[in-house]
Amino acid sequence: MKQLAWVATLIAVAACLMGCADTTSRARGVYMLLDTSGTYRTELNKAQSIVNYLLGTLQPGDSFGIARIDTGSFSEKDIIAKINFDGRPSVANNQKRLFKEKINGFIDSAKGSPHTDITGGVLQAVEYLNESGAGQKHILIFSDLEEDLEKGYMRDIPFRMEGVQVVALNVTKLRSDNIDPREYLKRLEQWRQRVEDGGGSWKVINDLERLEKILAG
Amino acid sequence: MAFPELFMVIPGPPMLSILLWLGLLMLLFYFAREPAHQAIRSLSRTFHSSLRLAARSLLLAERRLAGRNKEVLLASSRESMERVIEREFHRVDAVVKRDLAGYPSLQRALADQIARLEEDYRQSSELSPPIPTWVEAVEAVAKIPSNGDPTVSKVLEKIQVIVQNQQKAVMAEYRKNISHRHGLLKRMIPYWRRMTDTLEDVGKTITGLQERSAVIDRRMAEYEEIIANSDRAEQMYASSAMTQFFIAGFVLLIAIGGAVINFNLIALPMSEMVGGGSYIGQFKTADVAALVIILVEVAMGLYLMESLRITRLFPVIGSMDDRMRVRMIWITFGILLILASVESALAFMRDTIAADLHALRQSLVDAPATEPVNSWIPTVGQMALGFILPFALTFVAIPLESFVQSSRVVMGRAATGILRSGAFFLRVLATFASYTGTFLIHFYDLLIVPPLWIAGLIQGRQRNGQILSPKADHSPRSKIKVQEESA
Repeated sequence: MKQLAWVATLIAVAACLMGCADTTSRARGVYMLLDTSGTYRTELNKAQSIVNYLLGTLQPGDSFGIARIDTGSFSEKDIIAKINFDGRPSVANNQKRLFKEKINGFIDSAKGSPHTDITGGVLQAVEYLNESGAGQKHILIFSDLEEDLEKGYMRDIPFRMEGVQVVALNVTKLRSDNIDPREYLKRLEQWRQRVEDGGGSWKVINDLERLEKILAG
Repeated sequence: MAFPELFMVIPGPPMLSILLWLGLLMLLFYFAREPAHQAIRSLSRTFHSSLRLAARSLLLAERRLAGRNKEVLLASSRESMERVIEREFHRVDAVVKRDLAGYPSLQRALADQIARLEEDYRQSSELSPPIPTWVEAVEAVAKIPSNGDPTVSKVLEKIQVIVQNQQKAVMAEYRKNISHRHGLLKRMIPYWRRMTDTLEDVGKTITGLQERSAVIDRRMAEYEEIIANSDRAEQMYASSAMTQFFIAGFVLLIAIGGAVINFNLIALPMSEMVGGGSYIGQFKTADVAALVIILVEVAMGLYLMESLRITRLFPVIGSMDDRMRVRMIWITFGILLILASVESALAFMRDTIAADLHALRQSLVDAPATEPVNSWIPTVGQMALGFILPFALTFVAIPLESFVQSSRVVMGRAATGILRSGAFFLRVLATFASYTGTFLIHFYDLLIVPPLWIAGLIQGRQRNGQILSPKADHSPRSKIKVQEESA
């Protein structure tokens, strides 16, 4: 009896020590930026499969937002859909169905934008993720990472993205990159530098067959 | 000046300086030989003694623990043996109450049956037909000579007819009597059978009692051995405890497997109740809730088994009065039934959620929807599992009790084994320390072989000189000789 009591007490104490002290959020927050600039608009169909994969992977309680990158992306108007999945799996499943329909509708009717404001989109993404209170924050940039700002837009702003993982998806090579690959590498390096200077981590996934790496570590 | 140059006391090749230093060191070592030997010897002796002391302490602790283990083992064996003997006596008591409590009435019934049999037998005993007393008169009449007298002939004929009629009547009466006796004997058969059955039952009961008494005798002999603290009893129950430990451990592993399946059955639907995104520490609240439900089921099972007096983990429950105990049985059984029903419902919900999730994933990959074959079979199977597993987990209490009781013995034995090994290891270390001291002394001498050799030579020469030219003999014997000569 004494042994049983000792074991029960130990388990209770261990559970309290391990569990009660840990108050970090386990929810994941994902914000995806879709580049709708003229050259990249044709790639949007690929984004659909990524969105479907994410909808299948995200769990009840997670947050998911999708926004487009256009001339001025630092705006709530550019958010196509955002949702905090309900804790109940059945409700979350229905939310995912509606979300999917919304995104499909956008991809079918998306119009190309003359300029590409990636920085504004990233700033908006960081704001959204911080507000969501997610424990793991992911920003997915579906773009060629070629920023083309309209005259007058100020985007020379350092990022503040501690604990945010930025994943660049399907970073296509431009015609100029083919002529001089150093431009492509330089572009990637610049973005990596900006993200890491801001305290985030950087990852590039061009092979869309390996989507499981998106939210990994 | 470099450090090595400091040691170059002799100009020229360094070998000379090295040899000089070596010689000096040897001399130093030679003069410090005795203190160095003593230091090494005392150091090794310190280690040796300390290690031996530690080994002895461990052995003492091991003996004390072994004694305690024996006490615990025999106490628990005595308790379990008392339970066994008590149960055997209960069985005997039940047999006596059931079969022999009605012995007086049985005896009466037997006596009645025997009386009836005797009566029937008496009645059935054959009676000799009545002796015809008038036969002689008839014979006398028959001897009367007729001499053609028609009157006599008529009388004789009349007598013949009467005798014949009389004979027929007697024979008929005789047959009737015989038939009546046969009837009586026939009536005896069921009485005989009944009596035989009754006697067989009594015989079986008596045989059963004899067998029980033989078992009780055996158990009592074992009990006496336990009371006598015999080594044989200790060995017997220690090996029994080991066997119990492994068997109970194996059954507990099976039970854990069942609990894991149970957990997987209810963890997903629990997220529908408590939310899938909330966490307690590092664990999902839904998982914790499912685990809690399973643990509550196990606890209820323990209480139920305890209330039924199948296990004896909680003396408080065992010592409750019967009414309270029965109440507790019903309460725990009711809670278990409710939990089993909840689990069954959760299992159904799990199936629904899993089907919905499957449909969602199919729509996400744009695959055509497939109709599951016989979809009700897994649903019903899961519901049945959800209902049965809580009751199956109830029986965990039995192996758990055996495991807890036998683990004390097994752990005690393991601890004594560890202590004994530790003592052996310390003894080996002590011996090693002792021999290392001897080795170091010899090695020290090996380093100063040249001076020792020279000293040996000198001492040898001195000894030889003393033997060849004894200057004076101061021994007591020579003194006595001188005194004798002077006298």
